[in-house]
Amino acid sequence: MTLPARILIIDDEAPIRRFLRVALEAEGHHVTEAASGRAGIEAAVMITPEAVILDLGLPDIDGFEVLARLRDWSQVPVLVLSVRASEGDKVALLDAGAQDYMTKPFSIGELLARLRGLLRDRATATPQGAVLHVADLTIDAATRSVLKAGSAIHLTRKEFDLLWLLASNAGRLVTQGMALEQVWGPAHLEDSQYLRVFIRQLRAKIGDDAGNPKFIFTEAGVGYRFASG
Amino acid sequence: MTATDLRPEPDALLAQARREGRGRLKIFLGAAPGVGKTYAMLEAARRLRADGADVVAAVVETHGRAETEALLQGLDLLPKRAQFYRDRILHEMDLEALLERRPQLALIDELAHSNIPGSRHDKRWQDVEEVLAAGIDVLTTMNVQHLETLNDRVARISGVRVRETVPDAVLDRADEVELVDLPTEELIARLRAGKVYVQDQIARAVQNFFSKGNLTALREMAMRAAADRVDAQLQEHMRANAIGGPWPAQERILVALTESPVARTLVRTAKRMADRARVDWIAVTVTSATPSGLPEADRDALAQALRLADRLGAEVATLHAAGPIADEILDYARRRNVSRILLGRARPRPWWRRIGREDVARAVTNQGRDFEVTVVSDPDRGRSPAPIRVWSVDRDPRAYGKATLTVLAAGLLALASDRIFPVTSLSLIFMTGVIVVAVRQGLWPSLYASFLSFLTYNFFFTDPRNTFFVIRQDQIMTLVLFLVASALTGNLAARLRDRAMAQRDIAMRTNLLYDFARQVAGAGSSVAVLDAATSHVSAALGCDTVLMRPGPLGRPVIEAAEPARDTLDLRDASAADYAWTHGEDAGRGSGTLPASRWLFVPVGKGNKRQAVLGIAFPDGRSLAPMDRRLMDAMTDQIGVALERIALQSDLEQALVTSEAERLRAALLSSVSHDLRTPLVSIIGAASSLADPTLELSAPARATMAETIREEGERLDRYIQNLLDMTRLGHGALVPKRVPADLREIAGSARHRLRNALSRHQIEVTVPVDIPTVLVDPLLIEQVVMNLLDNAAKYAPDGSSIHVTAHAEDGSAKLSVIDDGPGIPADAREKVFDMFYRVGEGDSQRAGTGLGLAIARGIVEAHGGRISAHAAKAEGRGTRMTLTLPLSAKDTPA
Repeated sequence: MTLPARILIIDDEAPIRRFLRVALEAEGHHVTEAASGRAGIEAAVMITPEAVILDLGLPDIDGFEVLARLRDWSQVPVLVLSVRASEGDKVALLDAGAQDYMTKPFSIGELLARLRGLLRDRATATPQGAVLHVADLTIDAATRSVLKAGSAIHLTRKEFDLLWLLASNAGRLVTQGMALEQVWGPAHLEDSQYLRVFIRQLRAKIGDDAGNPKFIFTEAGVGYRFASG
Repeated sequence: MTATDLRPEPDALLAQARREGRGRLKIFLGAAPGVGKTYAMLEAARRLRADGADVVAAVVETHGRAETEALLQGLDLLPKRAQFYRDRILHEMDLEALLERRPQLALIDELAHSNIPGSRHDKRWQDVEEVLAAGIDVLTTMNVQHLETLNDRVARISGVRVRETVPDAVLDRADEVELVDLPTEELIARLRAGKVYVQDQIARAVQNFFSKGNLTALREMAMRAAADRVDAQLQEHMRANAIGGPWPAQERILVALTESPVARTLVRTAKRMADRARVDWIAVTVTSATPSGLPEADRDALAQALRLADRLGAEVATLHAAGPIADEILDYARRRNVSRILLGRARPRPWWRRIGREDVARAVTNQGRDFEVTVVSDPDRGRSPAPIRVWSVDRDPRAYGKATLTVLAAGLLALASDRIFPVTSLSLIFMTGVIVVAVRQGLWPSLYASFLSFLTYNFFFTDPRNTFFVIRQDQIMTLVLFLVASALTGNLAARLRDRAMAQRDIAMRTNLLYDFARQVAGAGSSVAVLDAATSHVSAALGCDTVLMRPGPLGRPVIEAAEPARDTLDLRDASAADYAWTHGEDAGRGSGTLPASRWLFVPVGKGNKRQAVLGIAFPDGRSLAPMDRRLMDAMTDQIGVALERIALQSDLEQALVTSEAERLRAALLSSVSHDLRTPLVSIIGAASSLADPTLELSAPARATMAETIREEGERLDRYIQNLLDMTRLGHGALVPKRVPADLREIAGSARHRLRNALSRHQIEVTVPVDIPTVLVDPLLIEQVVMNLLDNAAKYAPDGSSIHVTAHAEDGSAKLSVIDDGPGIPADAREKVFDMFYRVGEGDSQRAGTGLGLAIARGIVEAHGGRISAHAAKAEGRGTRMTLTLPLSAKDTPA
């Protein structure tokens, strides 16, 4: 599904590195391991990975610090692993440049799905005007039209922008801040109630149920994630 | 007047001295020359002389000091005897002349003086012995360095050996030793000012005799000599009694409180004595069968003294004497192995009041030969005795008016009956009138009525009529008998009345006390006790009342007041402070800070002091004796109630501690048992997968893997629960509240829990347009997850779990309904307790028993509620409902 990629795992726990390596290599990826923050940064310089899986709790340098140093020179996608982080921590991580986060413990299927989301850009940077297919939804960016099981759904301009943002980032976390900035503009970063109302409307139109979601999943207090495929 | 009555010394010693026919010896003991011994002696002599004693100054060395000479003025001076010695004329005390003069008291200065060779005795103390033997009391002076046994030590310290010494026995035999003390610095100052006469030999020997170090050492020595003497007497006494007597080595001091004016002094004296001798002491009062008890005020003073004794650590008792009080006291003293008895000297009373009254002190002294008896005099003997109630109460002029009217009515009746009855019988009519007055108006109006009746009867009904003359003998007899009889019956009737009134008073107070006790005993908290106490005391005594307990600074602060008040002024506060710290009364009507408007009494005994009760009368009067006893009783009740509550809260504290213990045990069991259960499945399944010898089919492998994952996730949730509980317990869980959609929360929760819920049908019924709630979405999601997890744990596989939500009355209700066995009605509240699980033993489902406790903790942190209900009529199924606040400014589009 995805092309083989160079993936760097920075985690001090050998068992975690081991099962990640097994799973990732089974997917066809090339895995490099680092057991500390410093070793991780060095490895990143050496191998220029296409994705980084970063543990926050490292023995030498704090995970935040590693992330910041990486971001100095690289835009490589970073998936952060942490033991149950608070909402505030998550938002801070995403602001610091992480693409996504996972709470330990996690299932490997979930991790692989997230990783696929992060690696997809690299293969096919979704072109404007492309058409996305998610379950029975067809979303056409060029004509700004949405088909649900073949019949057209009328969306307002903002609703479509929001749906497009979420769907084009399928499987990836879209924070509230990201959605507000890209759909409403930088002046509306605090207006999370707009987002909540539009999500509700959007769900009603595309036939999604907040109580049993199929398309739009809520990450409480952080943002939304669109179903990936 | 005799000398016996004048001296302030205790009766017992005096009596003893007189029996032996010896005079009494009092020594004024000083540390060094110049401390003022002679001066003190002269002052004492002048006091005694002023009391009428025959005092002669046999030898007084004034050393030319003006103020000492002034004291000699007016005293009878005995001329000295001139004697030749080595070509010189020297003057000595004239012993012969003194013995011939035979005064009651002789002043003989400088006990250690050596007489001129050729005198009758070598030493002056021998002269004094002879004077004492002649029955003359002696006042004398001595410096401590002259004491024989101390001579060596003094010589070592000061470098001066004094040749003039006095045997220690003289000091020991002295009836009284008074230590004349002066601070060292002051003595040195006096010395520098030339006010001290220095004996030649000392002055010659050393200049440094009067150095500060020396003087301090001497001073200490003098004090010890005086104190040793007391100790020695005590020890001697103990030894003496231990040999022949039935007493154990541990002696006791008994202080008998029979005379009111000295009672407090007695108690304090006894306390000091007991402290010094390190023995127990007992304080007793005696109630007598004799009807003519003590006046109110006296009984009150005795009760107060007994309370003081109680506070000072005495064992207290009230004895009931059927016969003489002294017998009862001595009897008790023997039973309790008492060695010393302290009593107050009977206060001087006019002879007619002494009739029939037992002089307890005298009786105990005479009969209690096996005891050391100390009789203490009233320090303020000159003061007039407390007014007696009878005088004060019946002064109402209206009572006498009514008495007059009654006699008038009796007179008219007698006049009307004159024809019918013989004259002698008419006196009965007057007698009836007198009794009526006695019953209605009391003793004095009845005596007045008797006299008035006597006059009326005499004037109108005895021959010759209409004169005060009486001719017939039998009529004189009738008149006299009438007067006596009417006075007696009036007296009796009046007493009866007094007693009835007292009874009524007592009944009223008993009722008051009973009410008070009931109210205070029923109070559940110390605040309730204090409030009940203040309002009751205030109502019972008609005063302002405060109850104070120590505040953060250790000083008492007002905790309850009637009428309400927060502060006292400085003077009152310091009285309260005194009462608290010393455990004694302070303020108005007491001996300490009487200028205060308030009277403060400590509540609770000794170390268990609980509070300070303060009362003040709006009109500024003091507490009446009767009221004082009532207040004491109430104070006792308050103390008991407060102590009870203190004990109760201790007990509660112990229960809380044991509750914490229980939780700790439950946590341990939870960690050791419940956390391991998932691990059993995980390790089992993982080892199966890893075992190369097992030929597992693909579906079997998948099942194993699934088991590992599910159990791993369960373990993760348990651990999260424990962490959350800890955060809740530390109050670290502060919800970050934002408007949130319950439908989204429910959806998110089921999504995250989808693996654990895979065997159940989940139905979410939440209106799409439900108003938002103001919550921390992550935390409420956690709550819903816990509820779903719980439902899945108990509901049978394949059954459905409903999540419903709706808004009503400004709040939103979310329910999780399952089809499980349900929770017994009596456990529906307990399921939210930590570590509580429905069912016992093996029927328990694995889990930490924390899920619902956490749910409640989180919901309550949001100001919401969570409750468990039966979902169906027969009690089957469970409906968990949480109520959450809606966001105020919701903007549904």
